[in-house]
Amino acid sequence: MSLLIGALTLGFIFSLIALGVLISFRAFSFPDITADGSSTLGAAMAAILLVNHVHPALATAAGFFGGFLAGALTGTLATKFRINGLLSGILVMTGLYSVNLRIMGRSNVSLLGASTLANSAEQAGGALLGQASLDVMGWEVASREASMLLAAVVFILLAGGVMYVFFQTNLGTAMRATGDNAQMVRAMGVNDDNMIILGLGVSNGLVALGGALLAQYQGFADVQMGIGMVVWGLASVIIGEALVGTRSLGLSITGAVMGSVLFRLLVAIALRMGLNPNDLKLATAIFVFLALVTPALLKRLGPLARKSPARASHA
Amino acid sequence: MLEITDVSKTFNAGTPNELRALRGIQLTVEDGSFVVVIGTNGSGKSTLLNAVAGSFCVDSGIITVGGTDITKWAESRRARFIGRVFQNPFSGTAASMSIAENLALAAHRGRPRRLGWLLQRNLLGRMREQVSELNMGLEDRLKNPIGSLSGGQRQALTLLMATWLRPQVLLLDEHTAALDPKSADQVIALTERIVKRDKLTTLMVTHSMQQAASLGDRLIMMHRGQLVQDFQGAEKKRLRPDDLMARFEEVRRAELLDESAAAMLRRMYV
Repeated sequence: MSLLIGALTLGFIFSLIALGVLISFRAFSFPDITADGSSTLGAAMAAILLVNHVHPALATAAGFFGGFLAGALTGTLATKFRINGLLSGILVMTGLYSVNLRIMGRSNVSLLGASTLANSAEQAGGALLGQASLDVMGWEVASREASMLLAAVVFILLAGGVMYVFFQTNLGTAMRATGDNAQMVRAMGVNDDNMIILGLGVSNGLVALGGALLAQYQGFADVQMGIGMVVWGLASVIIGEALVGTRSLGLSITGAVMGSVLFRLLVAIALRMGLNPNDLKLATAIFVFLALVTPALLKRLGPLARKSPARASHA
Repeated sequence: MLEITDVSKTFNAGTPNELRALRGIQLTVEDGSFVVVIGTNGSGKSTLLNAVAGSFCVDSGIITVGGTDITKWAESRRARFIGRVFQNPFSGTAASMSIAENLALAAHRGRPRRLGWLLQRNLLGRMREQVSELNMGLEDRLKNPIGSLSGGQRQALTLLMATWLRPQVLLLDEHTAALDPKSADQVIALTERIVKRDKLTTLMVTHSMQQAASLGDRLIMMHRGQLVQDFQGAEKKRLRPDDLMARFEEVRRAELLDESAAAMLRRMYV
């Protein structure tokens, strides 16, 4: 049960990264791999501020703005300096590795003893429930784990809601339109370069926010923790699209969150069944590869599959 | 008023593919004037429109709209003065977004984008009104993605978007060339109605001699990056498609003459 709650909590925290990837990869069709660096940046900034007794909410917000700046930098390289989008992301991500080490001063910062959003959530939950464990349909659930999950859910609902509203404002709609048709957006008097810079900023801000929460949840920030974030986020987005489709903005956001949670559950099950944690990233990469090629493969096989019964009836 | 003063543009300068697309264009379009631009392929008519819209920077010359020099302005900044409809019906609208969202983006053309809610109730009301005037039955489908519509419907909506806020200059770049004849007629009728109603200063490129003869109050013909003919007033009114074809033929003959004369001179003197 504890494993299940842990997987759910991680799934909700990681859904911030999925939402960031949703913006860059889907809304802007921009293959932005800055996220690998900006997630660590968010974690590093939050961790170092927390160790220095800054209020957890402030430290987390600082993580968001750090990621925002990193994303905006990638956007600037790609638009103002006309560097290939993928390369822009690689440049910023590579540079961020050193920046993150500088911020943390070492490769790993422990949050043991620091006051974080995670233990605020635990305390609040503990005070609310007043007991060490709960009984959920016959299962014993530690109340600190339950309150952590609840806090993550509330946080993601808020973040998703804000994102949903933002993308229907005047500015947010112009950003979505930029990813759809940049020519049209220019003809409407919107500077498409600025929209991409801002959009990648918001995207990486969300990713860094995810990193900041992850660090507080697991109790440390590590300079390696961002590796594979883009692929994880993409896997969540793809699962979400398979679950609810892409018909509307609200569905896409809901799908990305659901995809992230489901993906974490699958990971937990796979690990439980004996998958070597070291193989996790390879398994994820293969999963994303299959998810990307399967639709085209099915389309090619489709006519064959449909033809064979027709032939049978002729005979 | 649109003033184009001695504008030149050369693409791929200094390479074997050098193309002198505009050569010292001089054109003043009075307020409320509807100018039709015709010319052979590669004559520079689309390039002229793109130069006004700001798709690229011109090499020399000055472009002003209503007395404001916009020569150095970026495309997106010029949009506050200029409405555009493209040849490709897909270029003017964002396919994945709804009709309402597309129109709402146009209702803020050239204005700063802030955090206000986009689809305001009164704006939606005005949209229903304007869209129902198109007589395409789209007023009940405002929430549908614009990508689900036909080319003609999209082009009609693009025209509505370009003119939602009255532009100081309206640029139409062969905006019916990619449509079937029936849709093309609809869009042309709509163009005429809107331009007349709002007294828009318009520059329209077309390949159709029929449209060129029947539309507008002035017609200019381009050839090799230059203006070679300019018909205004009564002279424009008298023009028939056959006259225009004859003019094209003249231009072509003059060109042949240039070449054969050059060949003759070469034979004699070089």
